[in-house]
Amino acid sequence: MKYLVCISKTPDTTAKIGFTNNNKTFDSSGVQYIMNPYDEWYALVRALELKEAQGGDITLINVGAADNETIIRKGLAIGGDKAVRINAENPSAWFVSNQIANYAKTEGFDIIFTGKETIDYNGAEVPAMIAELVDMPLISFASRLELSGNKATIQRDIEGGVEVVEVETPFVISASKGLAEQRIPNMRGIMMAKTKPLEVLEPIAVDELIEIDHFETPPPKSSVKLVDPANMEELVRLLHEEAKII
Amino acid sequence: MSVLFLAEHQQDNYKKSAFEAATFSKKLAEKLGTTAIGVVVGKMNNAGSLGKYGADKVIHIQSNQEVSFDSQVYTEAIAAAANQSSAKVIILAHSSTGKALGGRLSAKLKAGLVSGVNALPDTDGGFKARKSVFSGKAQGIYNITSDQKILTLTGNAVKPVRSENEASVETLDVALPPARISVKEVKTVQGIVPLPEAEIVVSAGRGMKDPGNWGIIEELAATLGATTACSRPVADADWRPHHEHVGQTGIAIRPNLYFAIGISGAIQHLAGVNTSKVIVVINKDPEAPFFKAADYGVVGDLFEVVPKLNEALKAFKAAQ
Ligand SMILES: Cc1cc2nc3c(=O)[nH]c(=O)nc-3n(C[C@H](O)[C@H](O)[C@H](O)COP(=O)(O)OP(=O)(O)OC[C@H]3O[C@@H](n4cnc5c(N)ncnc54)[C@H](O)[C@@H]3O)c2cc1C
Repeated sequence: MKYLVCISKTPDTTAKIGFTNNNKTFDSSGVQYIMNPYDEWYALVRALELKEAQGGDITLINVGAADNETIIRKGLAIGGDKAVRINAENPSAWFVSNQIANYAKTEGFDIIFTGKETIDYNGAEVPAMIAELVDMPLISFASRLELSGNKATIQRDIEGGVEVVEVETPFVISASKGLAEQRIPNMRGIMMAKTKPLEVLEPIAVDELIEIDHFETPPPKSSVKLVDPANMEELVRLLHEEAKII
Repeated sequence: MSVLFLAEHQQDNYKKSAFEAATFSKKLAEKLGTTAIGVVVGKMNNAGSLGKYGADKVIHIQSNQEVSFDSQVYTEAIAAAANQSSAKVIILAHSSTGKALGGRLSAKLKAGLVSGVNALPDTDGGFKARKSVFSGKAQGIYNITSDQKILTLTGNAVKPVRSENEASVETLDVALPPARISVKEVKTVQGIVPLPEAEIVVSAGRGMKDPGNWGIIEELAATLGATTACSRPVADADWRPHHEHVGQTGIAIRPNLYFAIGISGAIQHLAGVNTSKVIVVINKDPEAPFFKAADYGVVGDLFEVVPKLNEALKAFKAAQ
């Protein structure tokens, strides 16, 4: 089996958020970046587990600038066999999907793994775009994946529960919590990662479909109104009369 | 020209997201001087009722059996309806279904996509759609430059407006491709509103001490007609089912009213709930970070406060 794992970088949730260029560009100065947790903890690790159990080959792909190589090397340290970076600054979801689909088509993969979404924009757009561009089924929000030959049984999170589906390779799968258990790269992995191949390719041209107009930061929330714990009638009154919510 | 929306349904009932999409599409259609058309895929005996929430017409892509969900099949169906109705904008719910379709349709139609939209787009000199980004710490406003546009709509962003209209139903025959995904089983909790749709959510965390203590949470939720949720450690410890887990690694919700009980308010938790309209925090620690994100706070022992609150609410409901 040939596995492609798409990894992206995202600011850590705890990062301070600011914008430059008339509020059109995210200000990345001083921001701590991490590998998107859904990609790292669940998608990549499940691909690794399948490789360990049944053999196979894992390629990591990232669309981004040279400074993304830190997270790519981390992915290789966790266990990817080789990596590809498509060289681009601040790519959109549509741009990223086209690059990955283009690479996947020429290489031919059995399973394309992504995270269910990135934790900065939460769009869940890339997995579905890739799936359409490479003409494969998509199983999104997967919290369990079993593979036997080319047949997969996948549990997918839906509103208020789960759905269990069957599908044959090739397919695209987006990972949610539960698909695997997070792995911390060990020293041996980190050393080996340094010598694993990391190929840099130039992107294909893509016509953009959307553009950022601007970002806004909401005014800080006015301070909390504290209610006496002995007087819950007062809380009920506030929720009814002031917040008008019950 | 039209605004086309996918109306999700379960058997013969529309989901709440379908009514929200209908009302949202109708308002957008009025801005654009056009009509709002719903598309329904698969067996559904009640298709015209969508008119009550704003649909001018319903396109029903028929099947005498349940069409189980495969994003490729649905993409073909919606693209056919979009073609039939010359759709300028396509609206989907920001749900497990809509999220699996948005990117596919965008790629198929070369239509710009903004997902997780929380307000009507600004259509004066562009098509600017707004969504929450960076764990609710900012809003991103995107201009869709392609001719056709796709939005996925966050739950509880619009209130469905009801009227007495029935929509005319037009059947559209589409040669759908065979599904490559076969759905073997669907396991969902019955009889409660799924979390992403819930208007009131009662959520509890590690401050509950033991899974056996959840009775007071369930009673409060029952009084309010609310859905229950929990923090991540609670789900990780199997105190509560996985689908109740909200936050960065769980699901993101946007209810009108969110009760956080015995939850500290870590940023990863807030990431999933901080766009709720009103937040009430009950915590014994006055320094708990959640109070900074709260509208109303009660500093006290939840084992005393929650039953009192429940009694006060019951008295309030009885007097209504
Ligand atoms: C990458 C990452 C992702 C994460 N994703 C999520 C996520 O999706 N969702 C999530 O929830 N967390 C997530 N977390 C974990 C998060 O950081 C917190 O650890 C977690 O939210 C804490 O859960 P809690 O508030 O229930 O427990 P605690 O932090 O232990 O808080 C318990 C609270 O209960 C209060 N309390 C105790 N007893 C009482 C009492 N008798 N009466 C009243 N109050 C009481 C305490 O004062 C305290 O504030 C994530 C963490 C990381 C690193």
